[in-house]
Amino acid sequence: MKHVQDFTVKHYSRLNADSYVLTLSSDTGVEEVNPGNFAEIKIPDASDVFLRRPISILDVNHDENTISFFIKAIGKGTKKIGTLAIGSKLNLVYPLGNSFSIIRQKNILIVGGGSGIAPFIMLASRLKNENTSVTFLIGARSKADVLLTSEFAKYGDVLVTTEDGSMGEKGLVTDHSVFTDPTTFDFIYTCGPDPMMKAIAKIANDKNIECEASLENMMACGIGACLCCVTPTVSGNSCVCTDGPVFNTKELQW
Amino acid sequence: MVNLGVNIGNYRLKNPVTTASGTFGYGTEFSDFIDLSRLGGIFVKGLTLKNREGNDYPRMAETASGMLNAVGLQNKGIDHFIETIYPTIKDLGTEIIPNINGSIVEEYIEVAEKLNEVDGINVLELNISCPNVKEGGMAFGVSCPSAIAVTEAIRNVFKGTLIVKLSPNVTDITEIAKGVEGAGADAVSLVNTFLGMAIDVHSKKPILSTVTGGLSGPAIKPIALRMVWQVYNAVSIPVIGLGGIMNATDAIEFMLAGASAIQVGTANFIDPQVSIKILDGITDYCEKNGITNVSELTGGLIL
Repeated sequence: MKHVQDFTVKHYSRLNADSYVLTLSSDTGVEEVNPGNFAEIKIPDASDVFLRRPISILDVNHDENTISFFIKAIGKGTKKIGTLAIGSKLNLVYPLGNSFSIIRQKNILIVGGGSGIAPFIMLASRLKNENTSVTFLIGARSKADVLLTSEFAKYGDVLVTTEDGSMGEKGLVTDHSVFTDPTTFDFIYTCGPDPMMKAIAKIANDKNIECEASLENMMACGIGACLCCVTPTVSGNSCVCTDGPVFNTKELQW
Repeated sequence: MVNLGVNIGNYRLKNPVTTASGTFGYGTEFSDFIDLSRLGGIFVKGLTLKNREGNDYPRMAETASGMLNAVGLQNKGIDHFIETIYPTIKDLGTEIIPNINGSIVEEYIEVAEKLNEVDGINVLELNISCPNVKEGGMAFGVSCPSAIAVTEAIRNVFKGTLIVKLSPNVTDITEIAKGVEGAGADAVSLVNTFLGMAIDVHSKKPILSTVTGGLSGPAIKPIALRMVWQVYNAVSIPVIGLGGIMNATDAIEFMLAGASAIQVGTANFIDPQVSIKILDGITDYCEKNGITNVSELTGGLIL
């Protein structure tokens, strides 16, 4: 069930110049969350930020009553969320949206770029319970932007591409040698910038590999009321917030 | 105990707090967050005769103290509403008020005729003020003759309470209000969104796919409030006030300016529980000020 809930800022973990993991706690517990779900975060004391910000949920810890987010500070809202005092209040509407399918007994490729890697640690931890074999492919501009790899390494092999060649193979994720024969994979999950996801979806669709992508359209309400965040699908314009954010790429009009 | 009932024409809403069309879906989107039966009414997402996919993404731009939208009346058409959606919301315990739209008068008429046959639909909101469609919509609401013509046409086919939703994108909103009053409207609701735009200076392109869109949120509240006050003084039918209401104080301002009821719109996007908080806040205000009937607030402005 969707909730409006106040949390307390517990901890920031600064990962590089503009990315951080924010951990929030609540005395009243944390709702059940599935990989791909997001929260609408109200930005406190920011008169120039009117709407909530939809942010993918990194993880929840029910023993410690915490919820965490991997955030790249690129706009007014995400910058503001990164500067709150420890102990201050933050209001969430969550958990929102659908979640990734949990696939059994398959070879899985997970492709993430930028802040799009956020849902994949929780996803991989769920997939591990299903005895799947997971390979991660992380795309970034340079080595300083390749983040959380030690977390990913707990669940599978981690491959990297950087645009400047400072880590892993040089180029875009779609240039990686793992795609010489993508048919070794039965299922691909992807989240990141639209051009990256479209390129991955094309590879998957060409080779008839099932593929799910998590979209990041601009949103207002996050609960299917305003119809602002739509993406064209085979069944018409669909709300990314409620019909998604996760879509089978065959459904998308890309 | 405060008596919260308000009259809109000859129909009585259980309280003055309703939710604005296009900001509250069909109501059930909010059922995890609030007890919908406490609302005075739900103005559901705008309906058209046929399925509409709406405008292309991007349809939304955040602005200072507000937002622009250009959704373009996305909905699956009146038959889908009557057959599939209405049965799931008719027993929510609040007044379900359809908001109807058309490109030409004949489309409005056909939609209204269909709704007139639906058991339980007592009130209709005629939208002549949508700024985000190429044909019809706001075009009806910015000229007096066309506003009168479409209102008369719907008055002839819909037997229940008819509310006409007015556009603020006019030189003198009181002229349009008086026109639709003369054409048989039981009430007017105002205001719909203000036509606006936003530009991405890096790409030098408009942010909205449609270039222009409708501005809503607290940025428009003072102008909406002024228009409600002007219309209240110009007509003798009830006025339903909306435009940037974020809290109970805003809502009470609209009632003092002349609104018999209010619609909560964009605020629902930021706090899905805000409509009930506003209802509680109005009740609290009445209790503290010794007001026994909430309708006493209407037009209570002291000059």
